[in-house]
Amino acid sequence: MQYLLAFLVGGLICAVGQLVIDGTRLTAGHTMVLFVVAGAVLSGLGLYEPLVRWAGAGAFVPVSNFGHVLTKGVVDHLAREGLWGALSGVFEVAGAALAASILLGFAMAVLFHPRG
Amino acid sequence: MTPPAQAAAPPARPQATPRRLGRGTLQFMEPPRIVSAFTVVGPMEGKGPMGGYMDTTLEDTFYGERCWERTESKMLREAVEQAIARAGLAEAEVDVALTTDLLNQCVGSSFAMRSVKVPHVGLFCACAGFASGLALAASLVDGGFARRAVVGASSHHDAAERQYRFPTELGVQRPPTAQWTVTGAGAVVVAGDGAQGPVQITHATLGQVWDMGLKDPYDMGSAMVPAAADTLVRHLHDTGRGVEAFDWILTGDLGRVGSRILLDWLKERHGVDIDGRHSDCGAMMYDPSRQDVHAGGSGLGASACVVAGYVFKAMARGLLNRVLLIGTGSLHSPTTHFQGESIPVVAHAVCLERPGAR
Repeated sequence: MQYLLAFLVGGLICAVGQLVIDGTRLTAGHTMVLFVVAGAVLSGLGLYEPLVRWAGAGAFVPVSNFGHVLTKGVVDHLAREGLWGALSGVFEVAGAALAASILLGFAMAVLFHPRG
Repeated sequence: MTPPAQAAAPPARPQATPRRLGRGTLQFMEPPRIVSAFTVVGPMEGKGPMGGYMDTTLEDTFYGERCWERTESKMLREAVEQAIARAGLAEAEVDVALTTDLLNQCVGSSFAMRSVKVPHVGLFCACAGFASGLALAASLVDGGFARRAVVGASSHHDAAERQYRFPTELGVQRPPTAQWTVTGAGAVVVAGDGAQGPVQITHATLGQVWDMGLKDPYDMGSAMVPAAADTLVRHLHDTGRGVEAFDWILTGDLGRVGSRILLDWLKERHGVDIDGRHSDCGAMMYDPSRQDVHAGGSGLGASACVVAGYVFKAMARGLLNRVLLIGTGSLHSPTTHFQGESIPVVAHAVCLERPGAR
């Protein structure tokens, strides 16, 4: 059941992305930014965290989750450290994802050569 | 005092037919000939419908180079060198080289021409480049400024994606209107002085820049339609010819989406019906049933390869008598696109004829 829910919710989020690319003049870059911002806003409204708890990977694998963890870091640190925390908390949780993507991207670029 | 005797009127310029037929339409007095041609295409283009007419097909997209920009330059250099060699000429016997490509600052051309010792002018008008090169080469040759000129053009899919849209390494999904930039280079030698060759360049019509406010770099075919239509209509008007005078009207490149719009546009606004006589060089390079290229091909490599590869051979065999090539280029840069500017476009036409054809 957990798997099915993750599949459906994740698929639904991606289908929205596909509709945005096919139905509007927005490029893939625009769409990605849109999803990150949407995730951040939903998180700020307290809606994304319940979605993650309910749908698991279906909600935290799409890029909208990146916006969510950015907001989450800010909100957590704001509560603990005040205004300074709002700045220092941005990459608290997202830092791991960023570091992983940079390192993996670098590894792929070293190991493989694009064929076009 | 008697006024000084009036100077004798200068002798009338010998003009059997006027060189200028209208604004931007040139008529060549002794139509220069295309005497040789050479084409190099990528692996995907080699498998397309035009593949059999190409001289060299690459096994991969790199051609032994470390990046695609170098590959494009190498393809162009090879096409230019081989076209000169096929004409039985040495580089010293060619007076001018006009080449064009899709890279920033025309580096595909400049880097290719480092080792080709022919006076060189780099041209840029995107996919209208090959047609503009033919028009200018014919003008220089017919005007007596050059005995022989070599015209070359190239584009490379992966280099163009990096240049104009997203690097292919990013794996960005392409919308259905996106055209696939042709990986290909073509070159021809244009000669005067009674040179023999299967194709002569009789007319050219230079286009003006159009901009209908379209902004989508993934749908350039639609943006280029007004320019192609205007140049075609002016060419027909200036030469007094009808559509039926041509075996083939080739655009390069509107792709499949733009081609459909062009046909409707011409019918509705100008009462000109080119259905059945029109093909698009970009769309001809791929077989949509087998090759996933969305709206067909684009890139000035397409018109260069179709003309230097197919039209040249078909006219030599007497299969085609008169072809109008309309090169269409979108003249935006990545910077102007990011700044929210629309896409200016231009179309240049050249009339290619089999010598002795009626």
